[in-house]
Amino acid sequence: MSPATLEELVAAVRAHPRVLPVGAGTKARLATAAPGFTPLSTRALRGIVEYEPDEFTFTARAGTPLTELAAVLGERGQYLPFDPPLAAAGATLGGTVAAGLSGPGRWRFGGVRDFILGARFVDGEGRLLRVGGKVVKNAAGFDLPKFFVGSAGCCGVLAELTFKVFPRPAATRTLRLTARDAVDQVRLLRACAGGRWELDALEATVEEPAVYVRIGAGEAALGPLVAEMLARFPGRELTPAEAADLWAVVSGFTWAHPGGALAKVLLTSGEVPAFVAWVRAQEAGRGWIAAGGNAGYLSLPPGGAPAVSPWPGVRLRGAGSRWLGPRRTAAVMTAVKRALDPAGRFPELED
Amino acid sequence: MSVPPDPARIRAELAALLGPGSLLADEAPLAAYESDALFAFAARPAAVIAPRTADEVVAAVRWCHRHGVPFVARGSGTSLSGGALPVAGGIVITLNRLNRILRLDPAERIAVVEPGVVNLAVTLAAQPYGLHYAPDPSSQSVCTIGGNVAFNAGGAHCLKYGMTSNHVLGLKAVLATGEVVEFGGTSREQVGPDWTGLFVGNEGLFGIALEVTLQLLPRAECFHTVLAGYATLEQAGDAVAAVIASGLLPGAIEIMEQLALQAATAAVHADYPPGCEAVLIVELEGPREVVAADRVRLETILAASRPVEVRPARDAAERLAIWKGRKSAFSAVGRLSPDFIVQDGVVPRRRLGEALRRIQAWSREMGIRCANVFHAGDGNLHPLILYDGREPDGLRRAEELAGRILRMCVEMGGSITGEHGVGVEKRDYLPVMFPPEELALLRRVRAAFDPAGIANPGKMFPEGIAPALTQTGLHPLERAGVISRE
Repeated sequence: MSPATLEELVAAVRAHPRVLPVGAGTKARLATAAPGFTPLSTRALRGIVEYEPDEFTFTARAGTPLTELAAVLGERGQYLPFDPPLAAAGATLGGTVAAGLSGPGRWRFGGVRDFILGARFVDGEGRLLRVGGKVVKNAAGFDLPKFFVGSAGCCGVLAELTFKVFPRPAATRTLRLTARDAVDQVRLLRACAGGRWELDALEATVEEPAVYVRIGAGEAALGPLVAEMLARFPGRELTPAEAADLWAVVSGFTWAHPGGALAKVLLTSGEVPAFVAWVRAQEAGRGWIAAGGNAGYLSLPPGGAPAVSPWPGVRLRGAGSRWLGPRRTAAVMTAVKRALDPAGRFPELED
Repeated sequence: MSVPPDPARIRAELAALLGPGSLLADEAPLAAYESDALFAFAARPAAVIAPRTADEVVAAVRWCHRHGVPFVARGSGTSLSGGALPVAGGIVITLNRLNRILRLDPAERIAVVEPGVVNLAVTLAAQPYGLHYAPDPSSQSVCTIGGNVAFNAGGAHCLKYGMTSNHVLGLKAVLATGEVVEFGGTSREQVGPDWTGLFVGNEGLFGIALEVTLQLLPRAECFHTVLAGYATLEQAGDAVAAVIASGLLPGAIEIMEQLALQAATAAVHADYPPGCEAVLIVELEGPREVVAADRVRLETILAASRPVEVRPARDAAERLAIWKGRKSAFSAVGRLSPDFIVQDGVVPRRRLGEALRRIQAWSREMGIRCANVFHAGDGNLHPLILYDGREPDGLRRAEELAGRILRMCVEMGGSITGEHGVGVEKRDYLPVMFPPEELALLRRVRAAFDPAGIANPGKMFPEGIAPALTQTGLHPLERAGVISRE
């Protein structure tokens, strides 16, 4: 099923008792339907509905590819500052929201949850409903647009999304800083995070104790900021080509095993050494540390399954349950799920 | 379900449950809790309790749930939408005694606080580490984090850093059902549906936050604050649109209009360029090299916007003076009139000039004084509508102007509230923004958290068809005339 209009989307939801909303399938685990569920793709439901460059907001259909959005926003010097990942692989806006995935740029101003303003979605009863608003500030009604971030299709099919955007920095520079070990890496992450530089991105590698820093600003300001950081921390500036490669690798998860398992877990910076040890303890485990040490990504070769995770997480690729690690359940969670999907048309929260 | 027969019995049971020290039962203290900062509304609660521990809050909420007694959580009572207005005959739970900062972790840059902690206290505690808590509502020296969370409070610096919900990483709460839940955590990243995001801004209709985990940000190294005076309000509005469209990302963009300027001048001896209908405040912040470059761009944009005068703050003292005038404007305008109501509708920023012109025209046509002091960068209007409650139709006429403004905001594609919340004051306008099917969705979500409709009833949703009334009929106390819903 791949409806191309909102009417077709509503009809498609009503026509099937069990539905799994999917986008382009770049987070394959979240796009894998359990037996009895019909995948409902929003890929044909695409296009920018409204874009007011002077307002720094846009509304687009859920299946709009991120690359299309980036191109249109880029013409006006604007962007989604959280760098939605997997754009080159074809990821859609709706899939990004449902998976709750943000890229390196989330460090500066926040993630997908911090930029979503409103949504239209089809609930479990097949009703097309609007939540949130279209202006940058809105406190009317409950913040359901945020609730949909990371909801993985459990509570409805996203049809249309409204986001705020920001002016893109005139230029960026990328530094590779070196630490002695994972503990030193934490010190470095924290020193960078607490400094005056207002970094654009702050990431780190698992295979070697390096920290990657991106700074975005006007050219005139960048020179002194870069010089100061390099005077303070050991490391070097990447060439523009090296930097472009690096961020493409991070955004595209091409550092991960092709066709393998991929999971995201939640961390705080102090947990980075434990995360590094956890990744290394697993057969052929590869990892990436994102958002200043607030998220970790684990990749295993095809067929690999992550070891028990001490941290809450989500499996993006590979077989097994959607969620990893400790999960909180509460009666109210089921009640909210029922409020949006009384008949259980979409997957349960804990499936 | 056993129902206590009258307020005296309610007080007796709560005193037994919590100990007499947590119950304010005398008449005088009760009167102090009849209203919040929206004085136009008042209701007398049966009891006010001031729990000393989170366990007491949980016990009180469970007692309310067992007996079907409505409760209203309250911090410092600074809500401008009547969000903390008591339910007559219900319970007010004040959280000011739960005012401990439980954890301040400068390395992870987070703070875990109780709901009664004052907003500014978080920043003061973080300051020695070069950190601050970004949301800065004008009432930040008295308003509490619990209230900020309930109403997703904003402030002057939302433009760059967002509202309260963008800074809450996790929370522990007791829901109206008595269930204690934990959402989110200490990481800045999330998995699964964003329960924390859904809870923030619930207007007290889901339950009461008991612990809140906040992210702290490094304090900006450098600020550059400019005050520009304009002959007309519309010119000031257009200057905002020009700054936004230029791609600059200031920390704050504010507008004060004539009446507010006069009031601030009288109250805190603020000094503004003469002959101006409006003053624009723009604040750049960031690393000094970035601010230096942005400053040049800002000067060019402002010079092209035909200002009467541009005054950059030359030092920290001048910057503070600009903000003192801005943040005192609300209370200062209050001195100009016996009564006022304030709206906080939002319009698309490119239509700011047009919106201000229309409000000005209505104000003249209706002969009602109206002062605008607002977060222009977000398109978040704050018209203060002045009236005299002693005049027979003073409040009604003020509300009529407020209604016109709210409808205009929705027609322009905006919102009826940017940061004050719907509360009791704008509940009749929620259907202007959301059609019946979408209102029904919001009600279903509310009912999932609070099936009995006892948490802050009468707020957000229009009168008469609150979930509790449709689902469970009149409460026995209501039928007996002991309690009523506002």
